[in-house]
Amino acid sequence: MTESAAPSSSEYIHHHLTNLVGGTGFWSIDVDTLVTSALLGLIVFGFMASVARKVTSGVPGRTQAAVEMVLEMVQSQVRDTFHGESGIVGPLALTIFVWVFSLNALDLLPVDLVPLLMGSVGIGHWKVVPTTDPNLTFAMSLTVFFLILYYNVKVKKFSGFMHEVLTVPFGAKMAPFNLLFRLIEDLAKPVSLALRLFGNMYAGEMVFILIALLPAYLQWLLGAPWAIFHLLIITLQAFIFMILTIIYLSMAHESH
Amino acid sequence: MNINATLFGQAITFAILIWFTMKFVWPPVVAALDERSKRISDGLEAAERGRQDYAKAELRSQEALNEAKARAAEIIALSEKQAQAIVQQAHDAAVVEANRVKAQAQAEMEQEVMRARDSLRDRVADLAVSGAEKILRREINAQAHADLLTAIQAEL
Repeated sequence: MTESAAPSSSEYIHHHLTNLVGGTGFWSIDVDTLVTSALLGLIVFGFMASVARKVTSGVPGRTQAAVEMVLEMVQSQVRDTFHGESGIVGPLALTIFVWVFSLNALDLLPVDLVPLLMGSVGIGHWKVVPTTDPNLTFAMSLTVFFLILYYNVKVKKFSGFMHEVLTVPFGAKMAPFNLLFRLIEDLAKPVSLALRLFGNMYAGEMVFILIALLPAYLQWLLGAPWAIFHLLIITLQAFIFMILTIIYLSMAHESH
Repeated sequence: MNINATLFGQAITFAILIWFTMKFVWPPVVAALDERSKRISDGLEAAERGRQDYAKAELRSQEALNEAKARAAEIIALSEKQAQAIVQQAHDAAVVEANRVKAQAQAEMEQEVMRARDSLRDRVADLAVSGAEKILRREINAQAHADLLTAIQAEL
């Protein structure tokens, strides 16, 4: 908030939920989303790579043990769900979990902190949590979607894939309906992945902003429980995105 | 919410991060985890082997102990037998020696007795001669009657 007259509630909310956009129309860019997510990705994955570079099979230090715990959690999920042969699923799942988790975790920063800092250097808008930008969630879910298509074709060959699309679940005579069903089913995957994450984080951020509108002495009363609850949401959303990706890819590897 | 070109930018970032994880994060850590689990399983195996070796060694030492005990008992029995034999031998030797000493003593005694008898006989002869001398006084010439005296002496 600036030194000018205090903005109304709706202005305040609107301000906090507006991206820093460069350009106009479809070819515009949400600078804040891109920069925040890339920067955080650089920090988090750079940290993990630095741990991985010095990794020892002997007694691990605390840092290494922490990284190992995350990786083993992902690995065991992949092992339980995914039975195909693919080197990408594990790293993909780990990337999704860690990245989404850390991006979501920005939700726990005070809602005014980053906009205030950015405002002080003359940048008007800065939406902190990149996962509240559907561009990010759709970018991830569409990448996953194309991976699903790629592995469908790679494992079953194009003919096998088309056969599956046209004959499952009603048999060859109902091919158009099968195709329709398959289209809905497959399109629902990226859409639901993206909207679930976006919706949860957007709503969570919205609640934080609404809490920030309360008088200062009352904010802790709702802010603390919501933040603690949000720890769960943050982890859960990252986990769900990861586990669904593993499941979708494992479905792509198996013929019906 | 408006979808714009950010979508492509984010997809590129996402792809880079996946590639980065695949290349720099996942393989070394997974390799280390696998190696550690292998080490642990090796260690457990070694411990199990050690336990078995220990049990075997214990068995062997028990066997050696039993063998040594049996051998010791054997040796003791043997030495007891030997001691008995030695005692028996000594006993026999003693008996022989005693008999020998006894026989010698007897022989000596007999000799003594013989000597005593001889000397006694001489004495008696002397006494007889001196008695006869006394009785016969002058009539008896020692030289003249030497034959007679010798005869008497022999009869004694």
